[in-house]
Amino acid sequence: MLAQIERLGATTITRFEDLGRMGIFLSRVFSSIFSRPFGFRDLLKQIAFIGASSMPIILLSGLFTGMVLALQFYAVMVDFGAVELMGAAVSKSLVQELGPVMTALMVIARVGSATCAEIAIMRNEQQFDALTCMAISPYRFIMVPRLLAAIISLPILTSIYNLIGIFGGYLVGVYLKGLSGMAYMQTIENSITWSDLKMTFIKSIIFAVILIWIAMAKGFFVHLEKGVSGAEAVGKVTTKAVVASAITMLFADYIVSSFLI
Amino acid sequence: MSDSQALIKVNNLSSAYGERKVLFDIDLEVKQGEILVVMGGSGSGKSTLLRNMLGLMMPSQGEILFNGKDICKVNQAELAKLRQSMGVAFQGGALLSSLSVGDNIKLPLRQHTDLDEKTISIMARLKLELMNLAEYEDLMPSELSGGMLKRAGLARAVIMDPKILFFDEPSAGLDPVTSVELDQLILDLREAMNMTIIVVTHELESAFKIADRIAVLFDGKLVTIGSVEHIKACSDERVVNLINRKPRINPLDADKYLSRLTKGS
Repeated sequence: MLAQIERLGATTITRFEDLGRMGIFLSRVFSSIFSRPFGFRDLLKQIAFIGASSMPIILLSGLFTGMVLALQFYAVMVDFGAVELMGAAVSKSLVQELGPVMTALMVIARVGSATCAEIAIMRNEQQFDALTCMAISPYRFIMVPRLLAAIISLPILTSIYNLIGIFGGYLVGVYLKGLSGMAYMQTIENSITWSDLKMTFIKSIIFAVILIWIAMAKGFFVHLEKGVSGAEAVGKVTTKAVVASAITMLFADYIVSSFLI
Repeated sequence: MSDSQALIKVNNLSSAYGERKVLFDIDLEVKQGEILVVMGGSGSGKSTLLRNMLGLMMPSQGEILFNGKDICKVNQAELAKLRQSMGVAFQGGALLSSLSVGDNIKLPLRQHTDLDEKTISIMARLKLELMNLAEYEDLMPSELSGGMLKRAGLARAVIMDPKILFFDEPSAGLDPVTSVELDQLILDLREAMNMTIIVVTHELESAFKIADRIAVLFDGKLVTIGSVEHIKACSDERVVNLINRKPRINPLDADKYLSRLTKGS
């Protein structure tokens, strides 16, 4: 019994230590944003990686999400004689909730895992030690461009996801189910408000910070993983980063939604 | 040797990973233009000593004076300034994998100087030629062999013409020819730039060839420090065993092996 309590206590302390370490990491990244020289070239490179290269996956997943939403809403709405409101239902669902969440999940899967693994390998190959010894802050040189690129890219990707999702709903509603295209668009215009757009924007920025922060921090502290090292540790932290990012993002989604709805 | 001559001075240094102490009361100093080789077997604390001297790890006790300033007590800005006078060549090169060889070597100049790009390119080219790597400037680190990575890491370490160069395991994992080439490079660097060099290695031939003095570590303690002749003539059993490559325990000696396995059980 005593041993179990001890183990629980030790685990709790470790969790708080991890959280504190990650908090300090994030504060160091934010405080390095205004340090000079600013790596504009690195920022563009990261925007290309996080933003531009994520476009195909965002377009495809957005299109299919919109199409599935339209099918499901049609099945329900037809019973209530409200199919003309399909455009509003699809767009509201996407803009308020599915757009930011699904975009963030796609970016976590594609960028979060890759970023975590890359940074963990850099740690294992002493690249951060090398930067520190060259008096170059790893926070400024490696982390800041990734954070800013995520903050810039995610709202844009989310907007594209929303638009392509609405288009997917239009394809199913208008061409498959025979709804009026004009009515579909009209209900969107009437239902989407500035506060919806504000919500999608705020959520996407918060999700961007969460996903890139957890990916970078988990990779950066790979050497502190207990009982594993090398490639095994990289695999372990990458899995942890993806799971932790997704859970934290969904938790943050609930918090933000409860404040903004 | 007076304090004014010593470029780096380690006083009463102890260091630990959590509860586990790995260095005990180390005292040593290195003069300007001297090559000091830190030798010892695996787990003797060589790399920990290096990490402490680089300020990558804080000692649990003692001080490390670089040019008279204790690197454990200066603030981050001062430490960054001091580090611009240090060059470090890591075991595997530690080149940034996202940058080409040329960009890796230019990085310290781009970050810390106001030199124009043309001048930076010329300086990087000179260092690459010194390392016999000029034709590899545009390649990515993943396209280089182990020896080339070490030489590229060395080129980056000396691009700012540092006062002191730290080199971690220059010969590890290299074929004998490349290893000899690197030793010669270290000697050439000292000759050309009067650079103070601290090399951490466990390669005897390499150490005897390049060292002005050798410090031998064993289980985190400094056993002895002195010239190559002093080390060769040293009667301390641990030094003799290291020089003669005598294993710490013979696994084929069944009695000793069993007694070691059952010790403490």
